[in-house]
Amino acid sequence: MIGLVDCNNFYASCERVFNPRLEGKPIGILSNNDGCVIARSNELKPLVPMGMPAFKILPAIRKQVTLLSSNYELYGDMSKRVFDTVRAHTSDVEPYSIDEAFIALDGFSDVTAHCQHIRAVVKRDTGIPVSIGIASTRTLAKVANHIAKKQTAYCGVCYLANESGLLTEALKQFPVSEVWGVGRCIAEKLHVLGIHTAWDLRQANTKQIRQQFSVVLERTVLELQGTSCIELDDMSTPKQNIMTSRSFGQLTESLFDLQEAIRVHASRGAEKLRHQHSVASAALVFLKTNRFREDVVQYNPSIVVPLAFPTDDSRLIIEAAQKGLRAIYKKGFLFMKAGVMLLDLRTKHTEAQFDLFETPNNVEQKQKSDRLMQTLDAINQKMGKHTLQLGGVRKQAPWQIKWELLSPRYTTRWDELLQVR
Amino acid sequence: MLGDFFLHESRCIVLGLVDTSVINHLPLVDTPVRAGFPSPADDYLEAKLDLTEHLVKHPSATYYIKAMGDSMVDYGIFSGDLLIVDRSLTPQVDDVVIAAVDGELTCKCLGLINEQYHLLSGNALYPPIALAGKELHVWGVVIHTIHSLRGRGHS
Repeated sequence: MIGLVDCNNFYASCERVFNPRLEGKPIGILSNNDGCVIARSNELKPLVPMGMPAFKILPAIRKQVTLLSSNYELYGDMSKRVFDTVRAHTSDVEPYSIDEAFIALDGFSDVTAHCQHIRAVVKRDTGIPVSIGIASTRTLAKVANHIAKKQTAYCGVCYLANESGLLTEALKQFPVSEVWGVGRCIAEKLHVLGIHTAWDLRQANTKQIRQQFSVVLERTVLELQGTSCIELDDMSTPKQNIMTSRSFGQLTESLFDLQEAIRVHASRGAEKLRHQHSVASAALVFLKTNRFREDVVQYNPSIVVPLAFPTDDSRLIIEAAQKGLRAIYKKGFLFMKAGVMLLDLRTKHTEAQFDLFETPNNVEQKQKSDRLMQTLDAINQKMGKHTLQLGGVRKQAPWQIKWELLSPRYTTRWDELLQVR
Repeated sequence: MLGDFFLHESRCIVLGLVDTSVINHLPLVDTPVRAGFPSPADDYLEAKLDLTEHLVKHPSATYYIKAMGDSMVDYGIFSGDLLIVDRSLTPQVDDVVIAAVDGELTCKCLGLINEQYHLLSGNALYPPIALAGKELHVWGVVIHTIHSLRGRGHS
């Protein structure tokens, strides 16, 4: 049995844990530079569409809404806490995104009850509400999770057993475009063939699908039929995030090996980004030790590194990923796997259209400026604060606005802890 | 005294029932007794004492919060202290907790006054907060407070 654990409105939920006054209120999380809305609480969804630039929100609505900058350090740390909590209750956790993971659920007599328990423990220990979908394959678990999330009668956990009437009904009502791995383009071509629902796709002839589409879609059909055959390495869904990871042939504890692996993953991820005309806002780096080796101490760290501005530039992405690796690497652990996830993707050309500060000229300037900033910081660190200061004009620099609406990094910075009377 | 063996409905074999009709008095040894003594052949070595490992039993559920104000001085919590808070523990009466009352987070002691739950302060200047009719969520249980002595204020 495979489960998909997915956090509900993850970024908004993270903010709410440390600021309970935001419970039940409309919250929007903005991309770097306070550009566009990249995450919304349920209460915001009817008011503001995804991706809307903050400056376009009508004043009447803006007044009732809380807008916050994306606090990637906080989200990355909370993500780790959620997955670590789940890991104590299952035999394997495979993070798929910053807020989603597939879990192994073999050997439980009442898998629904067990997942309800996992849900309760995660809420208790981290404050994050999650939904869990359970089925025999990852593709079906994704369908189950979607139902668990949308239909409150399930109380957050939905189990679609093979051969059950529930599974049949669920697939018949599930639009084929929402099936994992089926994008809008493929969905349109499937509609032409009369395939509109997940059930229709399940009934399709696998050989035909392989010929007319790809072996990837063929595997999706097999998974809908209950045969698990999709591995997590190198999976991607264009809408949400790109994940590149590989298990090593041999366990390694060498930083050099890991740096090489991370460089390759980051580079491939950036390639995929450019291929689908997207830019990413942050990079998540993770390492995994071998859970089957009981003689080896387990250490499964991860970290989210925000990118200074949404980008598809290999250099910047590799640099960010390496920075993340250095922060989480510890000597003395035998690692089995390393991976890089690129988060909060957006279509590249949308950038130029809406974001006034993102024209190519400014991107060049921004990079130059970043290097200047780093030199500045280094000098100030060495010679004392305020040795060098920026001239007045720079203070209005657009990329500095991003810090205005940032909530404290409650769990990763000593000087930003939650304060309580 | 053993009765006959019988098979319980849970499919366990019951060997006998405890006889509680007779109370046996045993002497109490009230000095701590160490079982055995440290052996040079112990299986593991401790290179150093890890304070975090010692203080934090549930890392994924443990958070650091800064205490402000003087409402809890009687419990030894002073302004600026570092609180170690565990969300996984079940709050009990007498626990110092972080609680959200009507959306506001506060550090107080969970208490009972006339069988009603209250949040008690550790300072006579702050009256107990009655919880009847209010929304209370216990955010976590405060298990340790770290007070730095150098640089402490003088009241």
